[in-house]
Amino acid sequence: MTTEMALEGVRVLDLTHHYSGPFCTKLLADYGADVIKVEKPGTGDPTRSIGPFLDDDPHPEKSGLFFHLNTNKRSITLNLKSEGGKRIFKDLVATADVVVESFRPHVMAGLGLGYDELKTIRPNLVMTSISSFGQTGPYAEFKATELIIYGMGGAMYNAGVPDREPVSYGIPTAVFQGGGAAAAGTMGALYGATFNDVGQHVDVSIMETLLGSVDRRIAALLSYEYSGEVGGRESMGGGFATGYFPCQDGYFVMAGSGNIMFPRLVKMMGDPEPLQDPAFLTPAGASDPDLRDLFEAVLIGWSMDHTKQEIIQLGEENGLICAAVNDMEGVFNDRHLNERGVFTDIDHPVMGSIRSLGRPFVMEQTPWKLRRPAPLIGQHNVEILKDLGHTSEAIVQFKQNGVI
Amino acid sequence: MNSLPLDGIRVVAITNAWAGPYATQLLGDWGAEVIRIESIFRSTRYVARADESTLSRNRSQRIFSWPNMEPGERPFNRLARTNAHMRNKLAITLDMTKPEGIEIFHKLIKKSDVFIENNVPITMDKFGISWETLSQTNPALIMLRMPGYGLTGPYRDFRGLGSHMEAIAGHTLIRSYPDTEPGQQPDVFPADAAGGAAAVFATIMALMHRRKTGEGQLIEFATAENFMPLIGDFILDYTMNDRLWAQMGNTDRYMSPHNIYPCDGIDRWIAIACRNDKDWALLCNTMQRQDLIHDDRFNDSTNRYKNRDKLDTLITEWTKTKVDEKLMHELQAVGVPAGMLFDDQNSLEDPHLASRDFFQELTHAESGTHLYPGIQFKMQNTPNEIHRAPAMFGEHNEYVYKELLGYDDKEYARLEREGHIGNDFDPSVP
Repeated sequence: MTTEMALEGVRVLDLTHHYSGPFCTKLLADYGADVIKVEKPGTGDPTRSIGPFLDDDPHPEKSGLFFHLNTNKRSITLNLKSEGGKRIFKDLVATADVVVESFRPHVMAGLGLGYDELKTIRPNLVMTSISSFGQTGPYAEFKATELIIYGMGGAMYNAGVPDREPVSYGIPTAVFQGGGAAAAGTMGALYGATFNDVGQHVDVSIMETLLGSVDRRIAALLSYEYSGEVGGRESMGGGFATGYFPCQDGYFVMAGSGNIMFPRLVKMMGDPEPLQDPAFLTPAGASDPDLRDLFEAVLIGWSMDHTKQEIIQLGEENGLICAAVNDMEGVFNDRHLNERGVFTDIDHPVMGSIRSLGRPFVMEQTPWKLRRPAPLIGQHNVEILKDLGHTSEAIVQFKQNGVI
Repeated sequence: MNSLPLDGIRVVAITNAWAGPYATQLLGDWGAEVIRIESIFRSTRYVARADESTLSRNRSQRIFSWPNMEPGERPFNRLARTNAHMRNKLAITLDMTKPEGIEIFHKLIKKSDVFIENNVPITMDKFGISWETLSQTNPALIMLRMPGYGLTGPYRDFRGLGSHMEAIAGHTLIRSYPDTEPGQQPDVFPADAAGGAAAVFATIMALMHRRKTGEGQLIEFATAENFMPLIGDFILDYTMNDRLWAQMGNTDRYMSPHNIYPCDGIDRWIAIACRNDKDWALLCNTMQRQDLIHDDRFNDSTNRYKNRDKLDTLITEWTKTKVDEKLMHELQAVGVPAGMLFDDQNSLEDPHLASRDFFQELTHAESGTHLYPGIQFKMQNTPNEIHRAPAMFGEHNEYVYKELLGYDDKEYARLEREGHIGNDFDPSVP
């Protein structure tokens, strides 16, 4: 048994900013890669100026978003427009396995740092380029935010209740999702580079990661292709015992419809008389608004006397599918999540000790580890440059010349 | 031609719904031989027969559709919902409820590199499947288990759908319409999509570790937990500042205007987001409403957010007579983030996606010739394409049982008679 981390020995140069790219490289860093975050001298990653901030105090070292997205990374500041900065970057590429960047298409090539140049330095390099719409095509240069990408690539058109406007995910979930997909793509390419000697440029379009993920979106696209029918907005499918319902201390979500589930639900509530009507189990009954009203009155009458935890426990015992709808306070008090060790306290030199998330999943042999909190701007300039063989005097000069 | 990254890796899968099939689909895209195990006694294809109840479900759920809306003789080979995640896979049947089924399963595990399942843990317990038992058969195996809530803890054996996982993780109460009670939630499932991709990330990391050390391992992947980092900024705002966010609809905490606006036509919309004052000025110029740029109500993002109802009304007045696609191009041409809301047809007909070959035409023996979405990543140096049409039920039994596991014709016929091998469901399955 080893306790080595899965990506120990893998070096990643991280030229990303905002959400997707940093989330991709965070995953690599959290499982052991040496991720060197290359930031712009002075202001650094623009994520540093996006909230939430500790105590609502906007400060480049107090962004909770930056803190979250950059665990286990090191930071170097480099001016990639300067010749000196380019040289240092290329020297780092010679030592790296992966470069991840999230500039607009053509920026890297414009700097003389495109894949074709970098692969001459490191032939088996994996370069992942993350962008809103991909490196090619008519939308390649489009400006975007989460809402735009989700509207164009995600399930937004179909998300919402009938007769109302489409409604977004909790923003910025979709761009995080794209970053997670980019991490998978990067690993696929890294495996090929490491064992088949095939370097790779991976072009990740966040729009396409939303369209192509296996969820309702891809199924809806194929449904249209098969049938020619365009879908609209559907309320939660599966009948009126499936959905979100109020209870004594908030809401719970339940799947309780159909000929198997519904009788279990009726039994769970102590066989209330009004729900004994066999019409509830007919296809016509399942869409009868009067029966729905009757059902909801009985259910809510019962559920308002029970807590979320009571209901989900009863639901489990009776073979229903139920879950508590947690607000953040509920998340942090959730008995299951606490017992599982989902949360961890992270010490940060400026922010202090902050309760945050630990491992997204558990690898028995190569576990997640917190090696360091998110870096301060340029925190690792000296150690990284010394590793490349630069003297203290040279490093001072880089600083004076605005290279770092 | 370079070989695909995962050429030579064999993956066995017992998966359901979305997250598990997504993980195995990506592995298949990159060259792994994915063998999906199904049973003739239970459909994990959402449908077994073309009877009236199947057809009525078809009418109520959009993703329940077939080519030309005809379920055909074997609807389970024609259903869009299933075929959307069956590409680049092999499909076999095996009855794991019989002792010999478990024996055959172990034979297959012995010859495989990865096993992936996304069932409630108790289902695997019933089959005697655990890391302890499988690692005895194949110590170098990578076993990825992705139940909703994990292999320990009070919710271990709770079943959960994507909407349940998100609810526990805290997403449900920050999304949806701001002006309705949380009971009126649309259904979205980012936990499944995030889960499939991260499961692939984990699996390939474990494969790398195995190449270095020879060690297999168990990966315990609770889909609900994996989702939580996607709302990390809300989590941090709570732990740092005790702030609880309510449903935000289409608003953003830092940008305004930030919404979707109706366009000409029925149910046509454009999303517009101004990241800063510069975007706002560009939008005002395009609207020919330069007077609004420095209007006290709208002169910075704080004021625009405060007065967003009025602001949205003004923008709506302007967008509602415009054609969504033209307006998207008009705004993008000056640099304002804007995008029309794509319905299914827009995606299939989109010139950008077409130029990137996002859809690929395939012929499927029982579904005809259609465009299939979509390889998600452009990989410059390896062929990244759909190399196998969606696997039909039991389609690869012969290959797996005979070639891989060495059963002869006589034994194959016996396994057929005994309910392991088939390409249709048992008559007892509704």
